[in-house]
Amino acid sequence: MTKTGTITRRAALAGLTTALAAPAFRPSFAQAAPIKIGVLHSLSGTMAISETALRDTVLMMVEYQNSKGGLLGRRLEAVVVDPASNWPLFAEKARELLQVHKVDVTYGCWTSVSRKSVLPVFEELNGMLFYPVQYEGEEESRNIFYTGAAPNQQAIPAVEYLMGPDGGEAKRIVLLGTDYVYPRTTNRILRGFLNSKGITDADIMEEYTPFGHSDWQGIVSRVKTFANQGKKTAIVSTINGDANVPFYRELGNQGIKAEDIPCVAFSVGEEELAGIDTRPLVGHLAAWNYFMSVQSPANTEFKNLWQAYIKNPRRVTNDPMEATYTGFNMWAQAVTKAGTTAVDAVRTAVIGEKFAAPAGYTEEMLPNHHLSKPVMIGEIQADGQFNIVWKTPEVVPAENWSRFIPENANRRRG
Amino acid sequence: MGRAPARPIRTVMKRILLLLILLAASALPAHAQDAFVSALSGLGGNFNAQAEATARLGSLGDARALPALRALSEGRLLRTADGTLLIREGSGLVDAATGAPVAAPDPEPQRISINNRVRAALRGALGQLQILSTDPAERLAAAEAVFRTRSADNIPLLETALGRETVPRIKDQLALALAASRLVSPDRAAKLAGIAALGEGSSAEARSLLLEARAANADLTEQIDGAIASIDRRLAVRRVAETAFQGLSLGSVLLLAALGLAVTFGVMGVINMAHGEFVMLGAYTTVIVQDLLRDVPALQPWSLPLAVPAAFLVTAAAGALMERGLIRHLYGRPLETLLMTFGVGMMIQQAVRLIFGAQNREVISPPWMQGTLLLPFDIPVTANRLWILCFSLVVFGLIVAAIRFTRFGLEMRAVTQRRPIAAAMGIRTGRVDALTFAFGSGIAGIAGVALSQIDNVSPNLGTGYIIDSFLVVVFGGVGSLAGTLIAAFGLGVINKMLEPWAGAVLAKVFVLVAVMIFIQRRPRGLFPQKGRAAEA
Amino acid sequence: MSATTLEPGVSRARLGLRAAMIAAVAILAAFPILNQLPQDSVFHVSDFLVSVSGKWICYAILALSLDLAWGYAGILSLGHGAFFALGGYCMGMHLMRLIGPRGVYGHPVLPDFMVFLGYQELPWYWLGFNHFAFAMLMVLLVPGFLALVLGWLCFRSRITGVYLSIITQAMTYALMLAFFRNDMGFGGNNGFTDFKELLGMPLNTGTARAALFYASLVTLVAAYLLCRWMTGTKYGRVLTAIRDAENRVRFLGYDTTSHKLFAFVVSAMLAGLAGALYVPQVGIINPGEFSPGNSIEAVIWVAVGGRGTLVGAALGAFSVNGLKTWLTSAAPDLWLFVLGALFVAVTLFLPKGLIGLMQGRGK
Repeated sequence: MTKTGTITRRAALAGLTTALAAPAFRPSFAQAAPIKIGVLHSLSGTMAISETALRDTVLMMVEYQNSKGGLLGRRLEAVVVDPASNWPLFAEKARELLQVHKVDVTYGCWTSVSRKSVLPVFEELNGMLFYPVQYEGEEESRNIFYTGAAPNQQAIPAVEYLMGPDGGEAKRIVLLGTDYVYPRTTNRILRGFLNSKGITDADIMEEYTPFGHSDWQGIVSRVKTFANQGKKTAIVSTINGDANVPFYRELGNQGIKAEDIPCVAFSVGEEELAGIDTRPLVGHLAAWNYFMSVQSPANTEFKNLWQAYIKNPRRVTNDPMEATYTGFNMWAQAVTKAGTTAVDAVRTAVIGEKFAAPAGYTEEMLPNHHLSKPVMIGEIQADGQFNIVWKTPEVVPAENWSRFIPENANRRRG
Repeated sequence: MGRAPARPIRTVMKRILLLLILLAASALPAHAQDAFVSALSGLGGNFNAQAEATARLGSLGDARALPALRALSEGRLLRTADGTLLIREGSGLVDAATGAPVAAPDPEPQRISINNRVRAALRGALGQLQILSTDPAERLAAAEAVFRTRSADNIPLLETALGRETVPRIKDQLALALAASRLVSPDRAAKLAGIAALGEGSSAEARSLLLEARAANADLTEQIDGAIASIDRRLAVRRVAETAFQGLSLGSVLLLAALGLAVTFGVMGVINMAHGEFVMLGAYTTVIVQDLLRDVPALQPWSLPLAVPAAFLVTAAAGALMERGLIRHLYGRPLETLLMTFGVGMMIQQAVRLIFGAQNREVISPPWMQGTLLLPFDIPVTANRLWILCFSLVVFGLIVAAIRFTRFGLEMRAVTQRRPIAAAMGIRTGRVDALTFAFGSGIAGIAGVALSQIDNVSPNLGTGYIIDSFLVVVFGGVGSLAGTLIAAFGLGVINKMLEPWAGAVLAKVFVLVAVMIFIQRRPRGLFPQKGRAAEA
Repeated sequence: MSATTLEPGVSRARLGLRAAMIAAVAILAAFPILNQLPQDSVFHVSDFLVSVSGKWICYAILALSLDLAWGYAGILSLGHGAFFALGGYCMGMHLMRLIGPRGVYGHPVLPDFMVFLGYQELPWYWLGFNHFAFAMLMVLLVPGFLALVLGWLCFRSRITGVYLSIITQAMTYALMLAFFRNDMGFGGNNGFTDFKELLGMPLNTGTARAALFYASLVTLVAAYLLCRWMTGTKYGRVLTAIRDAENRVRFLGYDTTSHKLFAFVVSAMLAGLAGALYVPQVGIINPGEFSPGNSIEAVIWVAVGGRGTLVGAALGAFSVNGLKTWLTSAAPDLWLFVLGALFVAVTLFLPKGLIGLMQGRGK
């Protein structure tokens, strides 16, 4: 603690000297120790497919922030490590980032298990982690900031939409998911919600598949059978990453049209669709808090920044990237406000911080370390983008402890 | 129309005036024209207005609505700042109401987007308008669409269409649509006719309609239940056939993935843990071939067939390189080979990740590999899986033929059976080793082309297949190609039979355990090699 | 094979090796003490290095157990990670039970994941794990029993070599799929995390880390001595003979099945013990540990260090994992190339591993 303190004082002093010496020039970062940004995303193994884009987003933000003069007169420096989709390695790398590299803040993790693996490390060493992916909730840590959606910001509005007139007034729901904690918890919450809306368990089909499941023939034909029982049916998919491509191919090939059995997904974004021919899938849905097709000045800036950084004018952006971007900016604002990168000071400063996010709304960091976010529902288009067909008029504050899980009944809500 | 560029309110007033004049004259065609125009303008409104306007245009039966409706469903319908609707035709624009070409207005017109509700309405309206079309494909699609919208208003239209129709398949679909429409008519006799007709088919959708009708018609429960029971009997048979096909399809995937191993591991005894990566290289070759042909429209539909030899050559070259450079130093030490090829696999995977990116690459399916086909007895099968099944059998046949009937196959058998004697007969054994390994690797590449049609094309593609492939080869009996074939299909079918009641994960676990136990009983697999070769 | 009179050079090499081993253990043992030095001291060992080397020690025990099976009994198990993971799961269950009402839902008995998945009571196979002694017994018995059953089935029907490797690989793969299922009651993909204490000491303290570090180190040394003793006895010699020519040994009247079975079971138990020590140190156990890739990696440690030498296995585990820890930070995009190339190079140029390299220099 004392050590960080001295560094900060020295850095602030250095920053001040530089500012006084050469006010007209681009800030030079001489002598000030850089602010270190940990990047804890898998670059190899099964999760590399999703996480490498987030690594690039953080690197882009570091470069961008440096081009704007860094923070507190100090240069930003990214420390990239590869936890290789291996969960114990995530914990080891988190410890290394905090103890060896002494990073000021870390951006990382995608899967729930990786977050669960590093959580004790961040709590023990009082680090700060920004976690950018939608997740199952039921968690709160003073050392983690959750910039993705909680279930009430994604799953429940999406199912409400399916049950409304524009979504086709679904009366039967298929809950398809990869067998891990996010789908399990989300589906438990959804079941509670559906029951409260009068849909009985007989009208709910729930099925789980392993990671990377590639043979969907049987399940898709069972879904068809389930749908042919005289009531409008819809699919709610919490299928993860890799398994989506074969799933959507099978959906398309077995002729399941969005007009008949719409499928709303919570883990399929622009990046996932980049690997599929989406023409047979037009009209299937996804619920997120951001789509690349959002029309807002902030989004234009974000997209331009990204495509220029990655040197590919066709590279897409997606929700977790936007959450990373928003989280980075909020942290930068909080550091400026606090005048230090010390974790305790920034943690206090970032609460209540507001940022005009690419999603087109002003999002706020709430005291429960989650964001208030808009909810949007998009239909898949032939070009692999989403057409936003519904969105909340205002941002929705995150409820990380779901009201549809009975055990949370006596938990005090903020 | 001669509409001057004016404020919307003036346009509306003008239109109302026109309407009044026309009404006063009570000129019928003009009246219809006006209904068309006013309904058309709804297409530019919100989703509600769009759905209503679409339904009205469909029931008007005015063929002039077709271009606008098609354009809307394909995202080519545009709205100018003053609310005029335009259709994008190629590079030009035409007015949606008149069909007359117009110059590009300023500011640029906006694309009108739709949602599922509008899309469903569009399907129904297009169905109504195209059911008498001259194009059989359009008529079939229309009949399917009208079946799904099912409205009693369509009965006369469907009766006319059914009377004219000559193509049997379309006729069946029209009859189904007619029955569905009768089911929702208020007339009891029509309803009964509809129930009887639906009960004769074997369509799961028809069953769904009957169930839906059952709730609304308490007096017809008995008839409806009878019809459902008769559909169920036929569906039960069909479901068995479907499961069998799914099992065979899974088996064909296993077979393709395992065939290369059956050569490198089964025949040569090399444990190649980089086999999965060769499959992945084959899939990436498909992507490259497709990207190269992007500028050659004539060859584009052939990119997939062209990728087959390309993938074979690429992976065979990689295999030959690996055999000459590395594996040949480790003959007789199978376990060391295993470790070394594992290292090579890691490097190939990371190289592909760095070159092509970690993201999935898109592989376009040619039209003949999309959608569902109907086999005899109305068994629905997905086109891509049917092709892959056939393809796997063809590849299998070619491998057997290559080994049995070619000079290379003879030399290969000679070298693997008794190396010193083969060498003494003048066979260059080193060259045969390299060729055999290249051959097996090439087959892995071909498998990659097929797998690119059903799985992700990502650097991790191969990892998912390696264990299954080894199990298939061992289960079938190392060195026996026929054993590999039977093991692959057997495991596929068993897996799919278990899946409905055990779930996808447990089914796989059961199959794995069953294979392990089987190997305990018969350590040499289903078709053990006889003779001295088996004692190695 | 084993000459009774060693050449002077060889014996000097052996002596040197033994001295190096003792020195290495002594240096390792000093880590937690050096950790107490002020941070700017040259000899300061960071918290990170202490915790990561505690993990490497567990890997070294796993490598040692694998070397006993592969190096001496000729059983190339590509599923040793499964025994490691099972031991880890048993320890994890104990740690989960110890959390008690400190979970986020405050349930007195049920772990958090059971609460939010709607379990009403503890499944029967979780009973007893609240006692440390019972859990430790299970750490040995569960992997041991699995090895006993699998080994008995395989060795009895004389499945050897590659076939055995593939069967063990299928076993760990099947277990991985099974443990991924949330319905199994083992926390699915997330497994167990957020442990609080072990034997009354809070886990997130330096003292606990030092204690676990020493426990692992003592286990490593004990496991090494056990393996050395086992392989040095007559039993060990028969085992080596089985490895080199199983049929001949059988024809001489030895019951090769039970000889191999004993070694396999002991090896599995050691692997389970390694897993049990590993879990409280890394703070997580989940089905990823069953993945076939992990087991293959363990085999590679043994091959890199030198098969059939015991010391080599431990050396391999330390060097490969040390390299991995360093490279995943130093060259996050390229470390797979380096590691892959290392595996290729070792198998091609160092058939006896690093130990062979050292001994070769002594000659």
